[in-house]
Amino acid sequence: MDRGARLVFLGRLEDLAGMAELAVPTGPLEQVLAGLDRELAVALLDDRVRLALNGRLLAESGGIMLGAGDELAFLPPVSGG
Amino acid sequence: MILDVRLVPGAFDPAGELAAFAARVPAAGGVVSFLGKVRADSGVEALEIRHYEPMTLPGFAALAQTAARRWALEGLLLLHRVGEMGPDAPIVLVAAAARHRRDAFAATDFVMDHLKSESWLWKRERTAQGWRWIEPRAQDHADRARWT
Repeated sequence: MDRGARLVFLGRLEDLAGMAELAVPTGPLEQVLAGLDRELAVALLDDRVRLALNGRLLAESGGIMLGAGDELAFLPPVSGG
Repeated sequence: MILDVRLVPGAFDPAGELAAFAARVPAAGGVVSFLGKVRADSGVEALEIRHYEPMTLPGFAALAQTAARRWALEGLLLLHRVGEMGPDAPIVLVAAAARHRRDAFAATDFVMDHLKSESWLWKRERTAQGWRWIEPRAQDHADRARWT
């Protein structure tokens, strides 16, 4: 079965994207981002935005390859509990 | 050792939760609690807290376990609201039960300082000017640094 991947937008990024999540094709993250609205793509690549792949925080954002069923979350700075 | 860690999607009753928790820790000689609520005097009409299911609750559970390893506790309660709430609504309830009070005071303080600076939660508030996202406060990071 051919399944894609999913991007998840948290906090203000959800408002900017106009959606909580987006189904995307598998492949390199740069390629996926290139297909998005430019303003959103720039916000997602902000230094302060952390990334989590399938619920695990990533140490760096380079070289990410999205596979079938992967969920990549974009986490802007948290506001505190 | 009781660890009760929950995200709460609707209104909760802090007094009822605290009484139920205290009843589950018979060996405890004291229960210290902290209740955080929405300020009702700052023009805030609503507060919304968003979370990320795969990370927020596991993060709270790990924090509770860290506190339980660091102090001699009989139990730890950590409830946090998510969703939209109004002025005066309870947001967070943390309670630590211990044989001796100092462990309970310290664990509660520790959990709150870490919650404030590193929870996977995003908050926005609505005033007469509309919705506004809440930025991290430098003081929250300074409070957390007290424990390192």
